[in-house]
Amino acid sequence: MNLKALLTGRWAVVGGFALAAVLLLVVAPALLSSFRLGLLGKYLCYAMVAVGIGLAWGRGGMLVLGQGVFFGLGAYIMAMHLKLADAPASTGVPDFMALISSDGVPVWWEPFRSGVVTVLAVVLVPSAVAVLLGLATFRRRVRGAYFAILSQALAAAFAILLVGNPRSTGGSTGLNNFKGFFGFSLRDPANRLMLYVIAVVALLAMVAVARQMMVSRYGELLVACRDAEERVRFLGYDPAVIKTVAYAVAAAMAGVAGALFVPIVGIVSPNDVGIVPSIGLLIGVAIGGRTTLLGPVLGAIAVAWAETSLSERFPSGWTYAQGLVFMLVVAFLPGGLASLRRRPPGAAQPSPVPTLSGSSR
Amino acid sequence: MEILLSQLFNGLSGGSILLLAALGLALTFGQMGVINMAHGEFIMAGAYTAYVVQGVLGDAGLSLLVSLPAAFVVGGLLGLALEALLLRRMYHRPLDTLLVTFGVSLVLQQLARDVFGTAGVDVAAPGWLSGPVEVLGFAFPKTRLFILAIAVAAVVVLSVLLAFTPLGRRIRATVQNRALAETSGISTRRTDRTTFFVGSGLAGVAGVALTLMGSISANLGTAYIVDAFLVVVVGGIGQIKGAVIAAFVLGVAQSWIEYSTTASIAKVVVLALIVVFLQVRPQGIFVVRTRSLA
Repeated sequence: MNLKALLTGRWAVVGGFALAAVLLLVVAPALLSSFRLGLLGKYLCYAMVAVGIGLAWGRGGMLVLGQGVFFGLGAYIMAMHLKLADAPASTGVPDFMALISSDGVPVWWEPFRSGVVTVLAVVLVPSAVAVLLGLATFRRRVRGAYFAILSQALAAAFAILLVGNPRSTGGSTGLNNFKGFFGFSLRDPANRLMLYVIAVVALLAMVAVARQMMVSRYGELLVACRDAEERVRFLGYDPAVIKTVAYAVAAAMAGVAGALFVPIVGIVSPNDVGIVPSIGLLIGVAIGGRTTLLGPVLGAIAVAWAETSLSERFPSGWTYAQGLVFMLVVAFLPGGLASLRRRPPGAAQPSPVPTLSGSSR
Repeated sequence: MEILLSQLFNGLSGGSILLLAALGLALTFGQMGVINMAHGEFIMAGAYTAYVVQGVLGDAGLSLLVSLPAAFVVGGLLGLALEALLLRRMYHRPLDTLLVTFGVSLVLQQLARDVFGTAGVDVAAPGWLSGPVEVLGFAFPKTRLFILAIAVAAVVVLSVLLAFTPLGRRIRATVQNRALAETSGISTRRTDRTTFFVGSGLAGVAGVALTLMGSISANLGTAYIVDAFLVVVVGGIGQIKGAVIAAFVLGVAQSWIEYSTTASIAKVVVLALIVVFLQVRPQGIFVVRTRSLA
């Protein structure tokens, strides 16, 4: 697959999507066991987050270190709905809450009894938080490192908040042991296959959305904001709005990913949302090539796959590998693996990664 | 009133720890724009230095006095190595330094786990620091007063260094205008290296101070790094006084909000307050005026 042709030719795009759909929807279920397919579904969730990171970080130059928050918001909203739906009809109180206390369900859980509200909230709550934080920071021209640190602090605070309220969020164990998904039993392999298919469709849809945003005029503006924000401002655009849109879209993608992660994996805990997982999400994007469309997706899937297969056998080795990859890829191959292939020998190419040109200090 | 005062002291004590953790960061971030996530692991390295020194020397009082300079050197050398091997080639893309140093911090943490084990280890506090001291009718733990004293000493030494020594002049010149400093004959390369050594050394000292607070483990630094960065963000770049004010304000705010709510809610409230504060002063409390546009 030539990435450039994929990004330019209309038929190449359609063909690429069709090929990916066939691979993921027909070939993978035929070849993989139900267990492996579940794992692949989990990787696809990370890939969804990566699509958003590619947009916000690669194209928009915003180093988003807190995507775990949006992932977690989507995941916990979905988990609350599933827990409430599983709860015995007589009391309406989820099992873990009934064990800890007799106070009943917190008020802010109640809206998520409704499936419609849940599905809407999975998309809207993360984007609303992102719009709020985005406008608050970008409008005052807080950016670069300051924005990165704030988004990181948000992830830390969110994880601490979850751990600190075990009665309503399950504390450090998180929420788990889900039995059904909108009326379908999660025990049934056919329903698990359905969840996988939903994840594939969601991922393909997100890639399509991201591609459309990248090739549109908006995408040009976003890249312009990354490379020379002041010039965009002088031309009469508002960089704050442009950047906030990308940030909110990335947040919504992470929220949907989290919501699908919960029924596919069966657990969500503060370990999935804090600083380390949030930055961990960036590693696949960095390896794949942050400014490309498919690099983040493939990178995220590869890293997630490597983590499962390596961390079982060499638990400490995986941490070393992760750290070394961060150091080596970001320092010496900032364009990711995609930059290796796209550069013909001798041809001058624009830098695949923005350098400091008035936008980061 | 009594509660108010004791919370104030708790806040000052928490602030002094924050300040020790953030002082080095304020220096390196201010001068080079480098976001050193491994700073937290330099703190951890300092703490483990104190543990090793105590293992060798035995006597708690002597080992504390020895480990303070030893940890400074250990932290400084780690910083020097990081600067020379990785960061040197990345000054034109400061955001990426965050990810590179995050990788470094993962490796250092795992290294500490493999060397010292996953369980926490304890460093015994010397006898002359045990027990409380009475101030205005309140009992304050001596260890916390000692940490406050270390923080004050570090600020004083650093301020004198920056204000009156040739090195300090070079650092200030580089912070204010790197290009002009270079044309004036200052080796910004060497200044950067020295700054990184001093800043990372301060992390080591912070680590020794933290051994007085409780047992230490490989993820000691992760607990402080985000708060330390917030101190730098609120304090503003390139000024020590900004970091000092920010650290104590955040420490006191955290402790007061924590008293009326819970620790986890206090964290979130403080973060929200910081975002609101940045609406008013996006560049932090103090700004070094430059002619640059951004």
